[in-house]
Amino acid sequence: MSDFFTMSILVATVASGIRLATPYLLAGLGETVGQKSGVLNLGVDGVMQLSAFFAYWTVLETDNLFLGSIVGVVVGIVMGVVYAVVTVVFQAQQGISGIGIFLFGLGFSDLMFRRQVGTPRPANQLPELPIPILSDIPVVGEALFEHSALTYLAFAMVPLLAFMLRSTTFGMNIRAVGENPQAADSLGVSVAWTRTFAILIGNAMAGLAGAALVLELGIFQPNLTAGLGFIAVALVYFGAWRPAGVMSGALLYGLVAAVVLQWKAQGIIPRGASDIAAMAPAVLTILALVILAGRVQAPSALTRPFSRH
Amino acid sequence: MKLTRHLLRLLALLFSFALIAAACGGSDDSSDSGGDDSSSDSDADSDDSDGESSGGDTISIAIVAPSASDDLAFTQSMIDAIEALDRDVDLQITDGTFVVDDAAAAIRGYAVDGVDVVIAHGTQFGGSLAEIAPEFPEVTFIWGTSSDTQGLDNVFAYFPAADEGGYVNGVLAAAVTETGNIGVIGPVEAGDAVAYINGFEKGATDSGDVSVAITYTGSFSDVALMAEAAQAHLSNDVDVLTGSSQAVVGAVGVASENDIPWFGTQANQTSLDENLVVASQVYHWEVVLEEMLALRDAGTLGGEAFEVNLENGGLEIEFNDNFELPDGAREAADAAIEGIIDGSIDTGA
Repeated sequence: MSDFFTMSILVATVASGIRLATPYLLAGLGETVGQKSGVLNLGVDGVMQLSAFFAYWTVLETDNLFLGSIVGVVVGIVMGVVYAVVTVVFQAQQGISGIGIFLFGLGFSDLMFRRQVGTPRPANQLPELPIPILSDIPVVGEALFEHSALTYLAFAMVPLLAFMLRSTTFGMNIRAVGENPQAADSLGVSVAWTRTFAILIGNAMAGLAGAALVLELGIFQPNLTAGLGFIAVALVYFGAWRPAGVMSGALLYGLVAAVVLQWKAQGIIPRGASDIAAMAPAVLTILALVILAGRVQAPSALTRPFSRH
Repeated sequence: MKLTRHLLRLLALLFSFALIAAACGGSDDSSDSGGDDSSSDSDADSDDSDGESSGGDTISIAIVAPSASDDLAFTQSMIDAIEALDRDVDLQITDGTFVVDDAAAAIRGYAVDGVDVVIAHGTQFGGSLAEIAPEFPEVTFIWGTSSDTQGLDNVFAYFPAADEGGYVNGVLAAAVTETGNIGVIGPVEAGDAVAYINGFEKGATDSGDVSVAITYTGSFSDVALMAEAAQAHLSNDVDVLTGSSQAVVGAVGVASENDIPWFGTQANQTSLDENLVVASQVYHWEVVLEEMLALRDAGTLGGEAFEVNLENGGLEIEFNDNFELPDGAREAADAAIEGIIDGSIDTGA
């Protein structure tokens, strides 16, 4: 255990936790925007899977990481359009539609991977971009300020989205249609368009999460997300539909996973307990959800389609 | 208005079907599908082998496997083995069956379709096979990795002595490491992964004063977790890595990024990094598949378990010529192979 508390190991563990938290944070923030407008999207994992493939394929073909990230976002938006048509225009049941999107993303990314790539091949990875001055701060600098551009972007989105939801007209419209769409409609707010834009923002961020995941790894394989998108949905509840809360959840999940991996590497966790320890992040999240249950209020119109008739 | 609403609902229904159809499309290959998938490659092999085939009529074989057929690991090892068979094969593949119930449905579907041989390539499919195999006594089921046929007359079992190749890789790793710290990443502590890792640890520690740190991530498919497990090893001064499962591609990426030598298992992983993959233990299931099919030809549909190992050629250590080994390392590996085959070396299995 003594080795764990050396500075270099602690720094490496915190940095690892932040890397692990990044895709959860991006996807969770996007899902927060969608749910605030009253739309639950269980298809996040499928959108991430699809965006991850297209981002990877783009980088494989062009070596352009920026283009790969953009493609990930665009694929997310395209899937958002599909989801908006299904849930806002056709008013289909959101849970089932989301599962349909998830299955489509999982299957189609697998199909495309086979047809266009075949065997896993390494692509360019996102480089670390140390932030001048901040990265020179002893200990903290290396742990917090030597990450990829998408990691910084993810954390920068937290105050931006919080401001947008709290202080802008669009953000207030999102909250209004998520709490009481009939009242919002009577005041002249377009519920359909507001929800559509919220879905597009959510899916764009899920697409960016998929791109961040695959470009950090530099390689794709089928089912790359391994259920990550579903954890991100759970983190929205954990974070009580607040961007800062979602960030706390993502960091908790990532840091616990990183500590467990470090303890395994150092033999602190015995091999026999390895599989049980792997569940620690999920168990902690569930415990937190149980503790928070009843203390937080979901958007009142969450999962409820809106119709004037 | 009512008609428009009905039309919209019909469109929504059709769209849902389209989504589900597309989702299913990714996980099922058949030999008729064309394109560049492995099943059509297999047919090409069959065509090329005119005049060399020893098995007579074309045999239909179906594989049901948990990961992608081109995973550079467990599933690909079986696809490669079928392609290496010296007989005409009509191959069908259902891969990516992470869910056992899906795999069971595929296994049953192939049996109903009258496929000659169904390969259930995953230890986790054993329970399903125990239910399905007795219902189709004319079909041969091949199941692995397992050393047990569950007492079923139409089930052959197969398993690798993965500890043997693991031991050899461990001997090589002990020669390659400079810090004396070696990192190992596995999925869950079961099956051939644990055999490989235990063999690797014994080979390394038998060959020098080295420390082997082992991490099981708890997942066969979480690539990001494997990558971070590799990062955790590197922060502890590890300078050689190995790992088992289809998710190791993430760990190999970390090894590449940090110029860390990597040892592969299940399939040749040199293509993941042509300079840093030192050697790979490769499964050649075709060695035992040929025996099983010969027994089937003679009327025995199952009831035996087969092991692939270094002695029967079912396991092979494939070296990467681009990686320059330290003096004496190759000789030490060859001596280990010889010792394992003649029984003078105990791999700890």
